[in-house]
Amino acid sequence: MRRLEIALGTLVIALAVLGPVLSAGEPLQIIVYAGLALLCALGEVVAGRRYRSWGYCERSRDLLVRRGVLIRRLTVVPYGRMQLVDVTAGAAERAFGLATIKLHTAASATDARIPGLRPDEATRLRDQLAALGEAQAAGV
Amino acid sequence: MRRKRRGSELQSPGALPLTPQRLSPLSPIVRIGRAFLGLILLLGADRLSSSTTKGSRSSEGVVDLVLVGVVLVLAVVSWYVTTWRIDGDTLQVATGLIRRNTVRVPLARVQAVDLVEPLIARVLGLAEVRVRTAGGSGGDARLQYLKLEEAKWVRASLLAMAHGLPDTTPPPPERTLFQVSNGLLVGSIFLTGTTIGALLPLGLVVGLVVTGTVAPAALGVAGGTLVLDIFAIVARMVRRVAEEWGFEVAEAPDGLRIRSGFASRMAETIPYGRVQAVRMLEPLLWRQFGWCRLELHLAGSVGHERNQPRGAIRRALLPVGSRAEAEWLLGRIVAEHKVSLTSPPGRAIVRAPLSYHFLAAGRNESCAVSVSGRVRRLTEWVPLGKVQSIRYGQGPFQRLLDLASVHLDVAGRRTSVRWWHREASEADELMNVLPVECRTARERDALFSHRAMAHATVVPPSALVPPAVDPPSSHRPSAPLVAPTPGPPPPARSAPLSPSPARGRATPPPSRTELSPRPGSAQSPPSPEPPHSPTPPDSQSPQTA
Repeated sequence: MRRLEIALGTLVIALAVLGPVLSAGEPLQIIVYAGLALLCALGEVVAGRRYRSWGYCERSRDLLVRRGVLIRRLTVVPYGRMQLVDVTAGAAERAFGLATIKLHTAASATDARIPGLRPDEATRLRDQLAALGEAQAAGV
Repeated sequence: MRRKRRGSELQSPGALPLTPQRLSPLSPIVRIGRAFLGLILLLGADRLSSSTTKGSRSSEGVVDLVLVGVVLVLAVVSWYVTTWRIDGDTLQVATGLIRRNTVRVPLARVQAVDLVEPLIARVLGLAEVRVRTAGGSGGDARLQYLKLEEAKWVRASLLAMAHGLPDTTPPPPERTLFQVSNGLLVGSIFLTGTTIGALLPLGLVVGLVVTGTVAPAALGVAGGTLVLDIFAIVARMVRRVAEEWGFEVAEAPDGLRIRSGFASRMAETIPYGRVQAVRMLEPLLWRQFGWCRLELHLAGSVGHERNQPRGAIRRALLPVGSRAEAEWLLGRIVAEHKVSLTSPPGRAIVRAPLSYHFLAAGRNESCAVSVSGRVRRLTEWVPLGKVQSIRYGQGPFQRLLDLASVHLDVAGRRTSVRWWHREASEADELMNVLPVECRTARERDALFSHRAMAHATVVPPSALVPPAVDPPSSHRPSAPLVAPTPGPPPPARSAPLSPSPARGRATPPPSRTELSPRPGSAQSPPSPEPPHSPTPPDSQSPQTA
């Protein structure tokens, strides 16, 4: 899901690993590069955890969305309360063939967002949510 | 309900026009009133300045006249082409000479019907009927302006139709609940934080000058901004006083009536079922006097009325009053608002050292309550049936302390009941229980409004009476009398789930049988959702994509 971040992370790592190999020489430089590589590896781990932290679960009456590593969040949105479902795919997301779904309710504080879905899954989820939302609609 | 065609004049109160109908012929004057005054002022200033330059007076006079004439003609044309009528179950307001623009409001969707009387309209005996819907600014239909008497019965008829009654229903009787004394209002507004904010720098400056630390001459710019600042604050206070002057709350079967205003009066009806949340504010300075302020949150978008940026979403129900008054009033709106509050565990003081002592939250089967704020104590009530989403959050510090917060969001901006910094296990439990409870409450509300609708069509309109102050539940069979209201809460909402056997027995069989075929299977959710039955947030297995 968050392949985007991971991909970026690995890219930087690759650069960092290549760097010392190419310019092999001064120890200071090597240390700097090693530090960079370590940072990137850390970033990779964080990205991986962030990726795994995202999750959603379609229950019969509501949708659960979970996210966050440092700040763990769980949002419950009853289908009947959904006002609209957004599917967006930014330029970077499109490059990796991904899409983001966002749910809006009448409350602006609701932050149910599911990033990094494959387009077919995003479409399915969107249709499913729209259908369920209509079936269980409960005014404001 | 269907009425035969009537002429261009509406004489008999009680029937809404089925044919396009113009507004009051005096309305152009009101509509351009403000612009007109501005124009005259502008022209007057222009005249004054031009008289010194000694320009050609006659041509300017003509220009002025033409300008005034154009404005007047535009206003009259706008009045001429604006018509309104009832078409089936919708109110239609058509306007525009070249580009026709029709607003259709399905009466079933009406949130409230307000009567607005701006100053000029009041002088002329006119009033605006404003039909509010839940949507944004586009959803409002405004009848600018009708004669006051006419406006009153149009409002009553629209509300009657909104509740599915014939439009000839006489306006239901209303009972004044209380009035706010103007002296108290002025005093309380003076004692708010902004006043202190204004007086503090003033006192500082005066003190500096008096003690001779700073020469008065050196205060030039600073004093100027200070004066401006104070002027703005005073203007704000005056505006608020003017808005809430003569505040009066009355109770009618179709909702609470709120009247207020000094120069321009406003009368609104707030249907019981449309209240999203209630909050009680107790600023620091007010607490010594035991004062508080009640505000209602209604469905609607922020800034949807231009004159009142926040008016649409937040309405004062009690500008200032004692706690007892507030509690009593609250009882009329939120069913069983008495909730036993619990505080977060003691170690939460590490996470929230300042506000810890005031944090509290609790819930019963119909609403949730939370208290927060140190300087300005804020208590919020949210009916569980209005909850839009439930959020759980746990930051790193909270995790160290094994705490978590749960928020219940309702429609609108930053309105929620919050369980700040509770035991993590309690928060998990809340996340399991709340979705089910909210759903049950929602279905109960829906059930009640359906039933109210069903009865409303049967009840003779003359039977409409305002609900008694504390209707005993044995009056349940007579509930249809008050049925058009989406819920005078106490007897109605608590009945189906009432824990007390006495009340449960008082509920007549019909409502029980009606309950069963509804999707009220909320208490037995496990079967429809076997794979993902509510589990603690951490242990559940969400499918990741």
